[in-house]
Amino acid sequence: MTKTAPALDIDAILDDENTRIIVCCGSGGVGKTTTAAALGLRAAERGRSVVVLTVDPAKRLAQAMGLTELDNIPRLVKGVRSPDGAKGGHDGSQGSRGSSPDGSRGELHAMMLDMKRTFDEIIEAHADPERARQILTNPFYQSLSSSFSGTQEYMAMEKLGQLRRSGDWDLIIVDTPPSRSALDFLDAPERLGRFLDGRLIRILMAPAKAGGRSAFKLLNAGFGLVAGALTKVLGAQVLKDIQMFVSALDAVFGGFRQRAEQTYKLLQAPGTAFVIVATPERDAIREASYFVERLAEERMPLAGLVINRMHRSPAAALSAARSTAAAEDLEARGEHDLAAAVLRLHAGRMQLAAREQREQEHFTSAHPTVPIAHVPAMAEDVHDLDGLREIGELLAS
Amino acid sequence: MSSRDTDWDGVRLHVVTGKGGTGKTTVAAALALALAAGGRKVLLVEVEGRQGIAQIFDLPPLPYEERKIAVAPGGGDVYALAIDPEEAMLEYLEMFYGLKRMGKALTRMGVVDFATTIAPGLRDVLVTGKTSEAVRRRDRSGRRVYDAVVMDAPPTGRITRFLNVTQEVAGLARVGPVKNHADLVRGVVASPETAVHFVSLLEEMPVQETLDGIAELHEAGLPVGGIFINMVRPVDLPKDVLDAAVKNRIDHAELALGLKAAGIAGGSADATAIAQALAREVVDHAHRARLEKRERATLAKAGTPRYELPLLADGADLAGLYELAETIRALGAA
Repeated sequence: MTKTAPALDIDAILDDENTRIIVCCGSGGVGKTTTAAALGLRAAERGRSVVVLTVDPAKRLAQAMGLTELDNIPRLVKGVRSPDGAKGGHDGSQGSRGSSPDGSRGELHAMMLDMKRTFDEIIEAHADPERARQILTNPFYQSLSSSFSGTQEYMAMEKLGQLRRSGDWDLIIVDTPPSRSALDFLDAPERLGRFLDGRLIRILMAPAKAGGRSAFKLLNAGFGLVAGALTKVLGAQVLKDIQMFVSALDAVFGGFRQRAEQTYKLLQAPGTAFVIVATPERDAIREASYFVERLAEERMPLAGLVINRMHRSPAAALSAARSTAAAEDLEARGEHDLAAAVLRLHAGRMQLAAREQREQEHFTSAHPTVPIAHVPAMAEDVHDLDGLREIGELLAS
Repeated sequence: MSSRDTDWDGVRLHVVTGKGGTGKTTVAAALALALAAGGRKVLLVEVEGRQGIAQIFDLPPLPYEERKIAVAPGGGDVYALAIDPEEAMLEYLEMFYGLKRMGKALTRMGVVDFATTIAPGLRDVLVTGKTSEAVRRRDRSGRRVYDAVVMDAPPTGRITRFLNVTQEVAGLARVGPVKNHADLVRGVVASPETAVHFVSLLEEMPVQETLDGIAELHEAGLPVGGIFINMVRPVDLPKDVLDAAVKNRIDHAELALGLKAAGIAGGSADATAIAQALAREVVDHAHRARLEKRERATLAKAGTPRYELPLLADGADLAGLYELAETIRALGAA
């Protein structure tokens, strides 16, 4: 029995003015960034003012959107067609939906995340200049801001919050970082928050706050023990750097937590749509299932699943079994070499398609209500806007 | 012990990296099986907490403990270990500082959490440190406990930073115990007993990442291993057919005749329609074959051994792993 999932109506999501944020997530190598860019272009060409926030895009994809450097600034993408251009007016058949408010033309901006810069900006926004300087020059901060395994995830979400608050765009499409675990971007803010709120911080800050021996009394034997162990393992200098960093950061704490909470709420808001991206491979589909469950747990709105790189056949009515039998027959008779070879090829393709279909069905049996859109496998990677436009069309068809 | 010559004789730590979606975990598991074949003992380690090894071998989640998970062809053993940075840290504190009793207190205070998630580079040092300990470990008679260790490593984009531990902790600790430990680990990772293998597909992005990754490793003075070209689909068509297809010159009439002869199509109109659909498939295939040839040539520029592994018809299940292990041995990679 074939299990059919509902179709994911991409255009309905893009055209809905209430959709303000689309988050593309999924495991590494499934085409998240390309999907985000294609959605962005399509939305812009349907009249919306869009910014696509990407994290570490492939070189050629970045070039396709005219991005040349990682500079944290949204750049206008050139070559975007207006919605009332080639394909006829936008106000006719589609009624009031499908065109932007006031009929203004769509625009596409794209930017690459600079995580260190973003982190620095938060510090600068929340600390007085002297504090900010202390933090920014602290060696511990410098390594934290450029290599903490969750910094990229955290900063992507922070940037999303900033873009949203700026109110400059009516649709923000964000591509999530290629994490070690695809869910890191949901966990990182909390992890950083846990650290900033945690007992360790209070212990580290205690001497600076209370000063002198009273601090040790206050914290019973805890600090002495922990500080002793930390000094032993990390060395005294590192501990001193961390302590200085933490006490300088004190002023920024409240801001940090508040922003993390705001961003989290933003992700739960009705104007947000999560699009999970996968390929029809077991690992990617399994990861997609985790996402569905996790998003439900966090009460974050899931729009649907995009399965990239599906193999299909234009001659799908001819089964693998029949095709193989016919090829064997021809080979045995030693006739029609071309047809025999082509039939073998077709059988292989049908087998691959069947396997991919099975992977999708596994997903659908577990999550029967999740809408799905497919993008067929393409020979070449995308390297221009036409390529992105084509993917957008396939996504919406 | 077998006396077969392989391309990586003398290598004891095989680090397997690759872009997401290339089948890195599958290749690491198959390589471990291949290395264990013929009565050897191999440890397969996982470092990213994804439980990919358990999934691929169809096992419940692995604990932080070395346990036997598979028997290789000809009677070797594959052990597996899912390295958990927190456990590794507690073990490290106990081993080097005798701080076992502190473990609980440190965990409660959030120190362990801090060290393994926030402190830059520490997590990676703990993980690579545990791996190199397994590589160096000897039994009472002084023999190495494992003939080889295979690591299912982080993806290509992060591999150099991950392995270049000394550099990574430099911001955190220029001197002191962490630095010393990092130096020790770096010694193992950068030695001729280590090889970093890449898993790629015959597609543009994974190929580019592989070449970039190799260049970065060279620059960091880390040992580059081979390239496993994964999920290769056979090019079944004769060259003249492929050439004709690329130029869109498939002989539709001949194809239709063949289909009729094989009893696939009823009438002529039917045969022509199916022939046209199949011809589109052939053209598609020919274009892909041409691109794959180009990517193959690009990978050859890396100047390191390449091994082509077939796309498994039923996906990467247990039977498929053994099939890949066989291929890896036949190609001389293990």
